[in-house]
Amino acid sequence: MDALLLPLIVACPLLAAGVLFLSAGRMPPLPSCVIGAGSVGLSALMAVVLAIGFLQTPPPTGALHATLWSWMQVEGFSARIAFMLDPLSLVMMLVVTGVGFLILLYACGYMHDDPDIARFFGCMTLFVAAMLVLVFSSDLLSLYIGWEGVGICSYLLIGFWHTDTANVTAARKAFIVTRIGDAAMLCGLLLLATRAGTLDVASVLQTVTTRPADLQAAIAAFLLLGGAVAKSAQVPLQTWLPDAMAGPTPVSALIHAATMVTAGVYLIARLHPLFASIPVAMTAVALIGLITLLLAAGSALVQTDIKRILAYSTMSQIGYMFLALGTGAWQAAIFHLVTHAFFKALLFMAAGAIILRVHHRQDIYQMGGLAHAMPGVFAAFLAGSAALAGLPLLTAGFYSKEMILQGAWHADPMLWAGALLGAFATAIYIFRCVFIVFFGPRHTEPHGRTGAIMAIPLVCLAVLALTGGWMEMPDAIAPVHLLSNLLSPLFGAPMPEGPHWLLWAGSLVPLAGIGVAWMLWQPRTGTRTPPENALARLARAGWDFDTLYDVLIVRPFTTLGQLNQTDICDRLSDATAATARAGGRVFGRMQSGQVRRYAGWIAAGTVVALCLGVRP
Amino acid sequence: MSAASPTHALLLATLLFAVGMLGVLARRNLLLMLMSIEIMLNAAALAFIAAGARWHAAQGQVMFLMILSLAAAEAAVGLAIILRLHSAGRPTLDADTGNRLKG
Repeated sequence: MDALLLPLIVACPLLAAGVLFLSAGRMPPLPSCVIGAGSVGLSALMAVVLAIGFLQTPPPTGALHATLWSWMQVEGFSARIAFMLDPLSLVMMLVVTGVGFLILLYACGYMHDDPDIARFFGCMTLFVAAMLVLVFSSDLLSLYIGWEGVGICSYLLIGFWHTDTANVTAARKAFIVTRIGDAAMLCGLLLLATRAGTLDVASVLQTVTTRPADLQAAIAAFLLLGGAVAKSAQVPLQTWLPDAMAGPTPVSALIHAATMVTAGVYLIARLHPLFASIPVAMTAVALIGLITLLLAAGSALVQTDIKRILAYSTMSQIGYMFLALGTGAWQAAIFHLVTHAFFKALLFMAAGAIILRVHHRQDIYQMGGLAHAMPGVFAAFLAGSAALAGLPLLTAGFYSKEMILQGAWHADPMLWAGALLGAFATAIYIFRCVFIVFFGPRHTEPHGRTGAIMAIPLVCLAVLALTGGWMEMPDAIAPVHLLSNLLSPLFGAPMPEGPHWLLWAGSLVPLAGIGVAWMLWQPRTGTRTPPENALARLARAGWDFDTLYDVLIVRPFTTLGQLNQTDICDRLSDATAATARAGGRVFGRMQSGQVRRYAGWIAAGTVVALCLGVRP
Repeated sequence: MSAASPTHALLLATLLFAVGMLGVLARRNLLLMLMSIEIMLNAAALAFIAAGARWHAAQGQVMFLMILSLAAAEAAVGLAIILRLHSAGRPTLDADTGNRLKG
């Protein structure tokens, strides 16, 4: 029964996607919404049933397996399409279906007057199905199917409003940049396959533990890290994420905040014994995380577009998860993944509600004073911001970030200091956004109301963003370790907690950040214009990685392409075509239409043939 | 007058064939071209007769009858095409004007 539910959870949104795509856009809005949100809701329901069953009577092997079919079977290699439910995929399943359902519900309200709503829900449900394949797969090759599936859905949805060239360019950029990582990842998978003869996760990890880590394993780990870095928008392949905000806001909430971008984190957590056996890979993961979280937080400090603030904030928070992975605090990474999914989806959806009501403006300096006009959205945004900043005790973000900081402290106090600096910047940039958008003079008069169908997901996620952290607390506050205990069969016992003053530092820094933000951007004396010095401009452009890549890679490549446009290979095919054309011209002249000339050719041919035949 | 030897008959057949072919190549009138083709067919038939006489075999005459019927059929088709062209509004019998199918 349980093993049967597993493929059903995937099949439900997949089927919905099929129906929605096959309707070829003729499906009216209401059925589209019902099919889209309903199918994911059904999946969420089955996921909850499955999770309750799993927690009440855990399977003896620690995981539930459902092998669908054998994909390929050749000498020395085999691959299966197989699903598995272990504690890690259980957590991911609940996040993907639960948050996914809330966002799709919100999208019903957000997209209700869009003419292409059926296509929208088709892509969204297909995304959920692909993401579920990704998290359920017990074979890395079928995980790769999900990995590519979410990539293509991301591409389709960023470019959803495809009549605008900028959106299409953004979609292409996201696809190409993540593809660079995907290519690296595929190479890494093939390298692992040559070692283990299969890509079954258990067997691959078995090889890691039985054979000492060698150069080949290290290269494979780094290639996989490349894939994870591109998918999760970490330095140096992070440039696609801010542009991906061109998509509709529910897309940003679901794909570019809550689920898809955390796939890299999931991949590393899934293969953690491989990474743990290679210390230099672990250091690389931690450093990538730290650099990303600081750079992205710096960029978020000076953005003017509300969605771009949240995009850089997403990069920064996933940087925290990478830092946790790199320091071996696997539980902390997954915990932060979960709480981040709650509060970042909430922030995006609240931002979407604001954008809808201020005539599709996204510049925070054009908003201002919205707290009175939309108190409900303000409360939701404030809850999300508090969770993101990590307001002590009250919010989910505090507990998960605290766990990461503890892990960083155990690995290296320098990492801890960097992460703390990031936490300080996080509190500043998100409350800068809050103070500028909701306080002070009003620049744009909001219109309409936020409908119930959009408000319900906001309320649910606000509650989760505040209370979701209570499943895991430091011993100093309350000895609750629900998530660690759930994940411990996979990841081992969590690290011991550090000294008490770490907790105090982690609590006071966000408060200090909020204080600084209040001093700088409070309504009466604060600045109300974007900063315009050279550093701010550099940070606003995402530290100019785009320009760098343009000069280093894109331009040489296009120049090479132009040079190569009339290359020798083209000449070869051109020559063939020219020969055929010339021959046609010559022999075409024989077709004069004169019957007598034809008869003459026939006679001449006969004479030649006779001469050849009679020749002694 | 001695009986014509097969060699003579073959010579005559060659001559007839050359006359017919010359007619096809040189004449522009469709009707005359058709007649020239008949002459070529008859030359071929004569060659069969001569060969049949040379080897005392019946097949030569069988082939003659066959060619005779073939010529009749060919004439019927050819004349029908000419009539069809005429009714389609081409007043002339000049073969060189029907060159619209050139490449």
